[in-house]
Amino acid sequence: MVLIYCELTENAQIADVSLELCTKGRQLADRLGSRLEALVCGESLNGIEKQLYPYGVDVVLKADDPRLSPYRTLPHFALLSEVIRERKPEIVLMGATCVGRDLAPRIASRLRCGLTADCTSLEIGDYEDKAKGKSYQNILYQIRPAFGGNIIATIVNPETRPQMATVREGVMKKELKDSGYKGECVTLDAGRYLKKEDEAVRIVAREIEQRKINIKNASIIVSGGYGMGSRENFGMLHQLAQALGGEVGATRAAVDAGFAEGERQIGQTGVTVRPKLYIACGISGAVQHRAGMDQSGKIISINTDPDAPINAIADYTIIGDACKVVPQLIACYNKNKK
Amino acid sequence: MSYKIVVLIKQVPDTQNVGPDAMNADGTVNRAALPAIFNPEDLKALEMALQVKDKYPESRVTVLTMGPERAASIIRDALSRGADNGIIVSDIRFAGSDTLATSYALACAIRKTGHYDLIFGGRQAIDGDTAQVGPQVAEKLDLPQVTYAERLLSLKDDTITLTRRLDNGVETVEATLPLLVTVTASAPDCRYPHAHRLLQYAKTQPEIWNADAISPEMERLGLKGSPTKVKKIDNVVLAHKEGVRIENSDAAIGELVVSLMEDHIIG
Ligand SMILES: Cc1cc2nc3c(=O)[nH]c(=O)nc-3n(C[C@H](O)[C@H](O)[C@H](O)COP(=O)(O)OP(=O)(O)OC[C@H]3O[C@@H](n4cnc5c(N)ncnc54)[C@H](O)[C@@H]3O)c2cc1C
Ligand SMILES: Cc1cc2nc3c(=O)[nH]c(=O)nc-3n(C[C@H](O)[C@H](O)[C@H](O)COP(=O)(O)OP(=O)(O)OC[C@H]3O[C@@H](n4cnc5c(N)ncnc54)[C@H](O)[C@@H]3O)c2cc1C
Repeated sequence: MVLIYCELTENAQIADVSLELCTKGRQLADRLGSRLEALVCGESLNGIEKQLYPYGVDVVLKADDPRLSPYRTLPHFALLSEVIRERKPEIVLMGATCVGRDLAPRIASRLRCGLTADCTSLEIGDYEDKAKGKSYQNILYQIRPAFGGNIIATIVNPETRPQMATVREGVMKKELKDSGYKGECVTLDAGRYLKKEDEAVRIVAREIEQRKINIKNASIIVSGGYGMGSRENFGMLHQLAQALGGEVGATRAAVDAGFAEGERQIGQTGVTVRPKLYIACGISGAVQHRAGMDQSGKIISINTDPDAPINAIADYTIIGDACKVVPQLIACYNKNKK
Repeated sequence: MSYKIVVLIKQVPDTQNVGPDAMNADGTVNRAALPAIFNPEDLKALEMALQVKDKYPESRVTVLTMGPERAASIIRDALSRGADNGIIVSDIRFAGSDTLATSYALACAIRKTGHYDLIFGGRQAIDGDTAQVGPQVAEKLDLPQVTYAERLLSLKDDTITLTRRLDNGVETVEATLPLLVTVTASAPDCRYPHAHRLLQYAKTQPEIWNADAISPEMERLGLKGSPTKVKKIDNVVLAHKEGVRIENSDAAIGELVVSLMEDHIIG
């Protein structure tokens, strides 16, 4: 069985990252010929299972208790670790968010199983341990960047169960399986899992910022790098994005230079995006940046340097000063649009 | 009032300033080409510990690292910034540890230091990049955890108040000691070394504990105690796409725009 630990948004909806994991979990479960289950812990969860069935979830496990909302480590730890012991999943997937990265390692430590952080790809395959002369079938390959993005490691946990991994938001694709998919819902008695010691950390105040900029769901992204030269020049990227109905993204170097807000940063330490079209303006294409955008449908690079690494992954390259080419693009688009 | 504090520190290759010779031809990391530095968030963890000591000067700050003996340099650095004592946990039997085996060894070593009230660590090390060791040490010692701490607001008797930096905001929490705290990149920078302490500790050889010294269950150490196996490592190389070079002219750019519109990518 494959188990997804689901996170909730501030207004008690299933978080996108969890739905993305349900889609991936469904594929893995199909490959293994097993069930997909999802655990939701929170408060006032009436009907929440209906958000999960269409992603192919067979069993929704629901724990509804005021002590479970907002998220705190110990109550969620008590629940998830017991649920895993009782239901014995082969694979457990969680978001690589501030919740998942807080909870998953503690769970792995309690269950003494392996955990791979920030996976960018998950596959099923076989593994041979040559030293032990043993081979394993249908193991989860957990593929992740490390060393600041300079290497990609494929990690396996052949001996221990469950095989646990975290995945960042936007890395997997969210896809409806079947809007009429039939699953069942099991309500867990939270009181049976929670103890008084789980109250050792108390939340005194929370200030949650609404995300104002939504680059993750944009189908067109006009992205600027340090090569744009100034915050003023970034203005033309906003004009192009507006004309095309897209959003503006940025590299870390551009954010650090103050050309754009931190929320726009794309890459390993920013947002992962997969738009239909990505226009990279004055971006060199460092691995840490590419990690967040190389799954884009089409990539256009505008760069003065013909040898910029970004050009190697671009579908179209225009060699030239972005501050001249971008206005040309805007003009051409305005002339041709219906 | 005084507190016994342990700070977990790690020496890491400087992955943020990777030069062209950082990778060997076979895709492994050329550690020799990367300068070894104090993991940046661990310096912030040390600062938070020293803030406790500022307020309660009788407190004792011990820095602890697991790694090769040359990690003594970050211990000396920590001592010169105000830590009281440093220990290196070092043994060939720790080689190949994943985060589970690392946190187990660190937890055994922390127990050996005796009574503790607070353990600080960085959120994440810049080489392994997992952010798993802190919460795993907490679980092994059966301590509650506060991750991504940004500011220490108050500490009185056995109650501490901290802010946490989340993906989408800030949370203020109050917790009962003993406790493990991981400190995030946006926390205050560490104070500089004191000149006289730099001299005082320049040649200090910190205490080294081997595996026997921390009384572990041996099968939980190193490669044997690590459920995760690295199946393969790929150097990041650019998969070259057969891209199209668009001439920088009004006509060519116009044609590109039209073809993107025809393919319904824009428009
Ligand atoms: C641990 C770690 C995490 C990181 N995370 C991220 C991340 O999440 N996202 C990220 O983006 N980076 C990240 N980085 C930084 C990354 O390594 C690069 O430094 C960064 O992406 C470079 O940004 P850039 O392409 O804008 O700047 P540069 O590398 O300086 O490139 C500027 C480009 O603009 C071109 N140019 C100059 N003038 C013009 C002009 N007039 N017109 C057109 N082109 C021009 C130049 O030829 C050059 O190719 C991370 C680094 C580390 C170590
Ligand atoms: C390419 C690669 C990929 C890897 N992927 C995984 C993986 O997915 N899962 C896994 O379990 N292991 C993995 N490892 C192994 C892991 O890097 C090591 O176990 C490492 O010792 C600890 O993990 P970290 O560097 O990620 O530390 P983090 O968990 O990021 O460190 C957090 C904090 O813990 C403290 N800390 C960490 N290590 C020490 C130490 N040695 N001494 C003192 N304090 C310390 C510091 O305060 C640090 O800031 C990987 C290693 C490599 C080379």
